[in-house]
Amino acid sequence: MAATPWESELTQALKAEFGDQILEFSTYAGQNFLVAKPEAAIPILESLKENHGFDYLVDITAVHWPERPEPFDIVYVIYSFPRNERIRMKIRIREGEKPRSAVPVHLTANWLEREVYDMFGIEFEGHPDLRRILLPEEWETFPLRKENSILKTDQHWVQENLGIESGQ
Amino acid sequence: MADTFLDSTELVLNMGPQHPSTHGVLRVILKLDGERVLSTECVIGYLHRGVEKIAENRTWQMFAPYVDRMDYVAAVSNGLGYCLAVEKLLGVEAPPRAQAVRVILAELNRIASHLLWLGTHALDIGAITPLFYCMRERELILNIFEKYCGARLTTHAFRIGGLQYETYEGFEKECLQFCDIFDKKIDEYEELLTGNRIWQQRLRGVGILTAEDCKEYGVTGPMLRAAGVKWDLRKAQPYSGYEKYDFEIPTGQNGDTYDRYLVRMQEMRQSARIVRQAVAGIPAGPIMGKVGKVIKPPVGEAYVSIEAPKGELGYYVVSDGSTQPYRVRIRPPSFVNLQALDKMCRGALVADVVAIIGTTDIVLGEVDR
Repeated sequence: MAATPWESELTQALKAEFGDQILEFSTYAGQNFLVAKPEAAIPILESLKENHGFDYLVDITAVHWPERPEPFDIVYVIYSFPRNERIRMKIRIREGEKPRSAVPVHLTANWLEREVYDMFGIEFEGHPDLRRILLPEEWETFPLRKENSILKTDQHWVQENLGIESGQ
Repeated sequence: MADTFLDSTELVLNMGPQHPSTHGVLRVILKLDGERVLSTECVIGYLHRGVEKIAENRTWQMFAPYVDRMDYVAAVSNGLGYCLAVEKLLGVEAPPRAQAVRVILAELNRIASHLLWLGTHALDIGAITPLFYCMRERELILNIFEKYCGARLTTHAFRIGGLQYETYEGFEKECLQFCDIFDKKIDEYEELLTGNRIWQQRLRGVGILTAEDCKEYGVTGPMLRAAGVKWDLRKAQPYSGYEKYDFEIPTGQNGDTYDRYLVRMQEMRQSARIVRQAVAGIPAGPIMGKVGKVIKPPVGEAYVSIEAPKGELGYYVVSDGSTQPYRVRIRPPSFVNLQALDKMCRGALVADVVAIIGTTDIVLGEVDR
């Protein structure tokens, strides 16, 4: 099974609007997604919301691919109530690159981006309150990065705050 | 007034993490002006166990029991979502018999989850009696689970590709018996609460969330429906054969705490209705699809979501072609719904905060993962 091109009225409209900012329109396992340049992500979200009825941002998450030159995928899952359609948008970013925050477009992005920051250390430009959300504020590592094995916890924090030798 | 008398300024009040009405370990920091809430801040993560990281270090099958520990009062729904996501990657579908049994158990679990919500929510408001009634009926459901798979809460009822267990003898009869009992009992709960003046005064107009707010905050489930949006994933994008069953999507108009109560009560009735239909039509046949002993989904990714009792529960799964998930992202409804707490609490009274947390129906195991 491989991803096949995705073509519809929506992709036509997006192509006309964003041109080569969108790198790929694909379908895999019956699910449509597009890959965009990082700087185009927020304008696309905005256009999807204003012009195409994609009014519900379901989820923002990231995937770490350490071998790639752009090691992080940021994945936006977007749904439209009027069209009953679900699509995904992916951007690929470099280490240290700061994508723009989606909070001005969808308020729900606030906690979702905080979680991505908490787990991957990706900072979002223009986020109103970018802090750790699930882990303690003084935690030192970003656990969902692939270089952090499951056995490697923040020993320093554990010893200081829990009074035990290790989190294992 | 505030400046002239005692020059009272804002007061910060800490609520939780150990507080009976936060349903677990949620800490809410309230900024108050007298009894009025100016703003709130949630501090979460006390139950964080790194479920998504664990997933990357287990095989696809080994991870399945972990998802039951997220929303531990609706473990069946968690398991269903995960199995559907992996099945999507594998390109297999559970056979019709397995799908029907899945629907029965998932709907019974929805009733159990809503019953626990109703009992504790009423307890928070000060109505103690419903809790005992709700626990009594919930026990019947848990007994069915226990007989089916040996566990009562963290059931791990399904397997990737279908079911591990055949139904036991008398399963259908017990499910129908429960529905018969439950239809009368739910009338009793409504008699206690729906028309009760104290109940109405505590809930009406409290914690209003309009349809626009819900969409902005990504709020789903009964909270969205109480705001008048007729949207349920079981209807919008049916899975596991839900399109075969006849049921209504209950909605409210005002999006307040009272409407959310009414919506959940109606949902329980609808769930019982689905259970009846599914039990009547369990097809014969195998219970496992064509899935090997070693699960190695092809390289790819999928996002699959289901209508869990609390809202949209999504799994974003990425496979690199090995026996272990490359990434499992869980989109928990409670986490996203909790974000709207601040919006609902602003301008409310301190006592209302308890009602609003109750009506959000969060499970901290799922918020923190």
